[in-house]
Amino acid sequence: MTITDFDFICQILKTRSGLLLTNDKAYLLEIRLLPVARKWKLATFDDLVRLIRTKNDEAVIRDVVEAMTTNESFFFRDTKPFDQFKQICLPAMIKARASSKTIRIWSAACSSGQEGYSLAMILSEMSAQLAGWKIEIIGTDLSGEILQRAKDGLYSQFEVQRGLPITLLVKYFQQTGDRWKISDAIRSKVQFREWNLLNDPAPLGKFDIVFCRNVLIYFDQPTKTKVLAGIAKQMPDDGYLFLGGAETVLGISDKFQLLAGQRGIYGLTGGIKAPTAFGTPGAGASPAAPR
Amino acid sequence: MKSCLVVDDSKVVRMVARKILEGLNFQIVEAENGKLAMEECAKAMPDAILLDWNMPVMSGIDFLRQLRKMDGGQTPIVVFCTTENDIQHIQEAITAGANEYIMKPFDSEIIESKFSQVGLL
Repeated sequence: MTITDFDFICQILKTRSGLLLTNDKAYLLEIRLLPVARKWKLATFDDLVRLIRTKNDEAVIRDVVEAMTTNESFFFRDTKPFDQFKQICLPAMIKARASSKTIRIWSAACSSGQEGYSLAMILSEMSAQLAGWKIEIIGTDLSGEILQRAKDGLYSQFEVQRGLPITLLVKYFQQTGDRWKISDAIRSKVQFREWNLLNDPAPLGKFDIVFCRNVLIYFDQPTKTKVLAGIAKQMPDDGYLFLGGAETVLGISDKFQLLAGQRGIYGLTGGIKAPTAFGTPGAGASPAAPR
Repeated sequence: MKSCLVVDDSKVVRMVARKILEGLNFQIVEAENGKLAMEECAKAMPDAILLDWNMPVMSGIDFLRQLRKMDGGQTPIVVFCTTENDIQHIQEAITAGANEYIMKPFDSEIIESKFSQVGLL
């Protein structure tokens, strides 16, 4: 791979997906794009670059972007955000949306769907409390291929063992051969849509709770700012944003601020959330966080 | 430091599990079948038990049923770790008092994820 080839592909990735590839990630290009080259009946990465340079074939470029932006995903990844969702966000939303009984949740860059399905399982476990509620979960990703996997809801034995408690596996999955298929009841609770985070999210509608975890780390600063501004625009004053453990809004966006006493959850700056409502669990009477 | 009893008739599996669990700060005791595991539990009840299903002399499921009836046998957190990967076996294990279930083959990430779910980490 030559430096110009590397830069050429990086430029495509940056423009199409916002993905920022640093020099030390050059090895990733070769590893991930060799299967794409093979798919197009080419022998090497260099041949693939040549094909894109000469033909500028949209379908090939699409495959390249998808191969580079597809990432691993786990059920209940990092555990904590799902506890916060259950103990902080849902109780607050149940109160705040008591009249409309509607909550919309966005799983941004949802990959193969585990985040959305994890949320759907939590909601299903709380179904007695949520009778009469309409809770929409929308998973979006740039990659049509990975979204198809999400829609299929079929996971390997390895995938269902990382993060997913065995009781939930038994309850919500059926074994088909050496794979595990998520039940129709859970699958029907999550809708999947192809979506590029670089676009204005207005057509997706408003979201009360947004999970956008481990996505911003791949973007450069102006792109991060833009994505966060887009999310802020689609959020009511009392909405919640979840970012990944290694991500922050500091110095990137003034639209969001960390919820007092919490890690990883953000609210709109100047939003209507009273910080006192979010005392750390166990710190005494906290109406928003019953235990 | 928490203790973990690793019960498996395969020396290789015990060695791999020991390596992973020692990395997670567990003190390891090994047993190669259910009967020897019972003897270890009678000596000192471990905090956790990583348990194979199919073993000579006494199987993992028979061990688990006896353990849960034993004095103090309710306390250890039991994580099955077996090639039995069908839903009937999993349900049987949960009914018998297993806390988690790992389907072989496993890696360090799966062990870590399961042990953390049941509050051992």
